[in-house]
Amino acid sequence: MTFFAVNNLAIAFGGLKALEGISFAVDQGEVFAIIGPNGAGKTTLFNCINGIYRPDAGEIIFKEKRIDGLKPDRIARCGLARTFQNIELFNHMNTMENIMLGRHLFMKTGIFHGMAMWGKNSFAGREERRHRQKVEEIIELLELEAVRDKLVGALPYGTQKQVELARALALEPELLLLDEPCAGMNSEEKQDMIFWIKDIQDELGVTILLIEHDMKMVMDISDRILAINFGCMITMGRPDEVQKHPEVLKAYLGEDEDGQP
Amino acid sequence: MDMKRDYYEDVQLFTSGVVLFWFVVLLSLIAVLPFVVKNYYIYVANFVAINVIVAIGLNILVGYTGQISLGHAGFFAIGAYGTILLMTKLHFPFLLALPAAALVAALFGFLLGLPALRLEGPYLAIATLGFGLTITQVIGRIELFGGRQGLHTPELIIGSWHLNSDRDFYCLLMPLTILLALGARNLIKTKVGRAFIAIRDADIAAETMGVNLVFYKTLAFAVSAFYAGIAGGLYAFVLRYIEPEIFTLMMSIMFLAMVVVGGLGSIFGAIAGAALLSWLDLQLRNILDMPYIGDWLEALSKNYFSITGVSNIQFIVFGFIMILIMLFEPLGLYGIWIRTKKYWRMWPF
Repeated sequence: MTFFAVNNLAIAFGGLKALEGISFAVDQGEVFAIIGPNGAGKTTLFNCINGIYRPDAGEIIFKEKRIDGLKPDRIARCGLARTFQNIELFNHMNTMENIMLGRHLFMKTGIFHGMAMWGKNSFAGREERRHRQKVEEIIELLELEAVRDKLVGALPYGTQKQVELARALALEPELLLLDEPCAGMNSEEKQDMIFWIKDIQDELGVTILLIEHDMKMVMDISDRILAINFGCMITMGRPDEVQKHPEVLKAYLGEDEDGQP
Repeated sequence: MDMKRDYYEDVQLFTSGVVLFWFVVLLSLIAVLPFVVKNYYIYVANFVAINVIVAIGLNILVGYTGQISLGHAGFFAIGAYGTILLMTKLHFPFLLALPAAALVAALFGFLLGLPALRLEGPYLAIATLGFGLTITQVIGRIELFGGRQGLHTPELIIGSWHLNSDRDFYCLLMPLTILLALGARNLIKTKVGRAFIAIRDADIAAETMGVNLVFYKTLAFAVSAFYAGIAGGLYAFVLRYIEPEIFTLMMSIMFLAMVVVGGLGSIFGAIAGAALLSWLDLQLRNILDMPYIGDWLEALSKNYFSITGVSNIQFIVFGFIMILIMLFEPLGLYGIWIRTKKYWRMWPF
């Protein structure tokens, strides 16, 4: 059984082919990285998987079910969560409330129960307490206790990335899409993030799809790597194989006039 | 860290004894008011309370969900006409007719929410504006609705309680207002409210977290329209007579102004904004009766501002106050409140 697979995916914006002929399969429990230069189509690929874009052709299969063409909230329901390259947090809520949004699909309080939250033993009161406890566990895991009650808009960049990761984890995903989780972080924050990503893979058993520019980190934590450029696949394989591939070197380092990298 | 912490602290109504104390003080003031002031001020209080209900509802839509509506007078009208018609034609008791009419308003709110899925900002404002204008036109044309002549309210009886005076009505209206305000506050603190705020702050991220945008955007419109409908039904009994001309575009704009002047995205702001603007609206009519300044203002108005020769200084003062509030505190009255609170916490440093 394939856990997650993309077959022959293609999408174009106007005349521009952003992605073409993308096919890969991810096994459960893997860290699968997608690399490529800026504008290669990595984030577009994530947006297709997560339902923000509707692909023109091809299929996306998650746990034996086709998810291409579904809306993002339907896809989230299947057990797929993501973070964004340009942080997309709810700026006027505090850290706790942001992560609580990740519990949205697990909560049942509607308007009537919500308005009637009279006391801690009302339906909504009990549900709030239960899920806040769950969120507290995630806060502890990612060491966010200090900013628990702070508005996220005012937090440092690295911490905001952490909150985004926490919010995605609150969804209890089986597949987690991380779009440049380390971008803009200093080396200490990077180390922590790598540590957490490993933790999430090992202890929570979450499969991870990763976009990252930091080659050292990618080589460190990925089980397999897919390299793309101009919307097409260059190569796919183990880190050491991909690293040596001439096309990858060319895409990353450029080419001399005589064709030598 | 204290591990025995109860997570209910995050969402509970009274975050501290001080808050509870002031809430009790406020309730006591509301309770004794009818015994100590003149009848006219009871009428003013009723008028304010009704605007507070609309503003709280509109704030759920504009302040929390980030949508806009210039058509709330339409929902207000549906609530007012619906309540009277259900009582006179179908002989519903008041306490059933009011929520039923508000549910009709909520249904219209849901329908108006559908175009909101594709429209944003100014485009949505115009679509809702169209709705508000259409409702009054349609109502004015239908004989069942009293046409241009309008409708008189039936006698208001709940069980064996005959509500004849403004004072009686105050006793019905205030508990309802408090209940609706607390309900809105609870709603915002739980799942649905969080989804609303998430849509306002980052709709794509909200959708990615599993929030169904279609459902929650239309729900925000429906809840907001429900509040306006309830307020409309109550307003009919304050005026005792309604006609299509009451529910104008100006009324929709005033509702929006209350929410913005009070402070977007805050229940306190909605209450303060509605109270201030509706109070000013009534009180500024008396501005010319003020000693000394009154005559001077009247002369100023007639000589320099008025086209028709009728004094219009109250509108000018009204507009001036709104400009000043927005200029000095873009967060509205809520922002002023936050600053005052901070100042006193630090006092005397």
